[in-house]
Amino acid sequence: MIAEIGHYALVLALALALLLATLPMIGAARNDTLLMAAARPLAVGLAAFVLLAFGCLTTLYVVSDFSVVNVASNSHSAKPLLYKISGVWGNHEGSLVLWVFILALFGASVALLGGNLPARFRARVLSVQAMIALGFLLFTLLTSNPFLRLDPVPANGAGLNPLLQDPGLAFHPPFLYLGYVGFSVAFSFAVAALIEGRVDPAWARWVRPWTLAAWIALTFGIALGSWWAYYELGWGGWWFWDPVENASFMPWLAGTALLHSAIVVEKRDTLKSWTILLAILTFSLSLLGTFIVRSGVITSVHAFASDPARGVFILAFLVLVVGGSLALYAVRAPMLRPGGLFQPVSREGALVVNNVLLAVATGTVLLGTLYPLIEDVVSGQKGSVGPPYYALTFVPLMIPLIVAMGIGPLLKWKRDELGAVLRRVWLAFVLALGVAVVVAYLQDGGPVMALVGVALGVWLIIASLVKWAEQVRLTDGLAGLGRRIRRLRGGVWGMVLAHLGLGVAVLGMTASTAWEEAVLQVMAPGETVSVGGYDFTFEGVTPLPGPNYTAVTGRFLVSRAGRPFAVLDPETRYYAEPPMTTTEAAIRPTLWGDLYAVVGEEARTGGWAVRIYFKPLQHWIWWGAAIMGFGGLLSLFDRRWRVGVAARARARESETIGVPAT
Amino acid sequence: MTWRAFLPIGVFLVLAVALFVGLGRNASIVPSALVGKPVPTFALPALDDQTRGFTSADLKGNGLSLVNVFASWCAPCRAEHPQLMALGQRDDVTLYAINYKDDPAKARAFLDKLGDPFAAIGADPTGRVSIDWGVYGVPETYIVNARGEIIYKHVGPIMPQDLEAKIVPLLDGAGS
Repeated sequence: MIAEIGHYALVLALALALLLATLPMIGAARNDTLLMAAARPLAVGLAAFVLLAFGCLTTLYVVSDFSVVNVASNSHSAKPLLYKISGVWGNHEGSLVLWVFILALFGASVALLGGNLPARFRARVLSVQAMIALGFLLFTLLTSNPFLRLDPVPANGAGLNPLLQDPGLAFHPPFLYLGYVGFSVAFSFAVAALIEGRVDPAWARWVRPWTLAAWIALTFGIALGSWWAYYELGWGGWWFWDPVENASFMPWLAGTALLHSAIVVEKRDTLKSWTILLAILTFSLSLLGTFIVRSGVITSVHAFASDPARGVFILAFLVLVVGGSLALYAVRAPMLRPGGLFQPVSREGALVVNNVLLAVATGTVLLGTLYPLIEDVVSGQKGSVGPPYYALTFVPLMIPLIVAMGIGPLLKWKRDELGAVLRRVWLAFVLALGVAVVVAYLQDGGPVMALVGVALGVWLIIASLVKWAEQVRLTDGLAGLGRRIRRLRGGVWGMVLAHLGLGVAVLGMTASTAWEEAVLQVMAPGETVSVGGYDFTFEGVTPLPGPNYTAVTGRFLVSRAGRPFAVLDPETRYYAEPPMTTTEAAIRPTLWGDLYAVVGEEARTGGWAVRIYFKPLQHWIWWGAAIMGFGGLLSLFDRRWRVGVAARARARESETIGVPAT
Repeated sequence: MTWRAFLPIGVFLVLAVALFVGLGRNASIVPSALVGKPVPTFALPALDDQTRGFTSADLKGNGLSLVNVFASWCAPCRAEHPQLMALGQRDDVTLYAINYKDDPAKARAFLDKLGDPFAAIGADPTGRVSIDWGVYGVPETYIVNARGEIIYKHVGPIMPQDLEAKIVPLLDGAGS
């Protein structure tokens, strides 16, 4: 019964999406207020019915109703509750329902929170949003219905891939989808603006918080995914340039560019056509990611059960959405009047540099991701590009970007003098160089690129702090400093923290890659090896029962300079349904690096195959990402976005009394 | 000036065509490094006492063979089984199976319910032999000629359309 209710709710949602995609759009063209006013209740209704469908599917998983194909092939009654629930989106069909649910949720949020939008514009935005929902609902119902029944009913389910039975991964897809799908709002705003033929600073002000919300979710989602890969897969890596990782990274890069170019539209009323294009491209890259994961067009460790029929549907949808919006762009964009030229040395000049570099970086990742496909189509060969390609293309683009990130925020709008700005960041420059020299001395040189990475990370952190210090007028003395810090706007906090967080992450990426120490060997109980200045003594292994697996757990006593420091218990788990072995690395993060141990198979000669690593600054990558996301949140709750009219008045006021705009 | 506005859609359309071509091409044909090479040398014990063991010697000099890697826990294997049963009706090909990381009792229950078209079923509980074959997921199916060389590899379930479009023409062509 529950499955039928869920199925029916999806069909009703489809009907509502059809109404929402057409009526308000017609109303906006004919100036019919009644039809335009239908947009808000329809958007809320659409979200309610998709929520009902999602709730039904979740219920089926929680009660383990194996008469439903989707539950039977992805769940198992002996699974912990958390993984029964996360099993809902651990498969193709269920993850689509989550996708549509988040899409409808964003639509309903625009309907409910978008009180400051003009009614006609809002109607068009909601209509465009519903067109996307329509496509995905059709896709779900026609090719990937999660509510199909199974006869005969199996006694138990096939189980969820054990690698996916992990808290990090339980929350990774929802965050990722919040990000992917969140960019649909920016897309809908861009298409609505193209239909109206008008883009102004108010538009940028409306679109920015939605883009920011999506960006924050995507930042957390990507970080969670990479953290999961790091501690669950037991490969010791955290980023593999896998097509599906790239699929999430490309919208992030383009979305980052969009966040910055929207600032230029807001402050200087220019760069409009480019910003609209970015909004379209960011969401298009999210859709392309969906296509890559589900069509099987590119093989990846992440791919869902691939099905060419689904691939054709998504491709057709992709052509309709992306092709349609870009065609609209081609016709309408020339009508958007370009603003004035800028000075190269100015805030907007720096933001253009940021945009060019981020756009080219997105392009290199796209090319690397699609390379196997291009090669196949052109020459019939199958190949792929690996980390060396990205080290040659992507990384060199990041160097000028990070240099510019240190200087850009300090520049004034319209026109500035480079010499004066460079004098303000001398401290960052000296410290960056100093730390790199000290590291080179301590590490006996080391790869040049690693030293560059260290210098860049330090540069970015200190330059961001300089910006903060200037904003709170640190040099004016301590009197009133607390008040000045409290009054600092969320937007400034967000910018400083996001940039600083990237600096922290860059240090983590550089150090953990360049100066990792690893020992891979067979160890007998009682043996000791020394890694990264720590002594690891292997105590042996003991069997350990788990809820739906059996495991052996190894034990390492770790000491530093003769004193006990930590105990590491890595596990190897043997799952029965489906049969699979997973490794649970034992990781002890410390401020300066991670101790990482994996126990593998028993060697034929006695003893166990073990891998022990010391990864310097490893966790800085995720702390950095967390700082970036937290900065985004502070910026999101900046009062400016919340109260439209009053905030605009205040902004005007602050401009007239000459407070530097940020 | 205006032509620049058409640039994005132009680039996108080229990309879309490439994606479409790619979609038709590598849906399930993943070239194996082993295609054209002799099968690896192996000897697998019998799944249970109702069948016999499966070794590389079975594949040499005995006409066309089809080797299916399956497991009872794998849902797509259930989906492709009717197609294997249909292939089992043919006289010009012998079907063998590698039972991948499975419980023999469950594998037997699977075959009892859906039918057993296999001349021999080797049990590969650790997956070692499957690694030698280049298996990276179940189900996978290999077609081996009389000289013991792999001539085709199919990744994923053999669906009815795969049977018609690929497997049967291949068997007909190789048999004649």
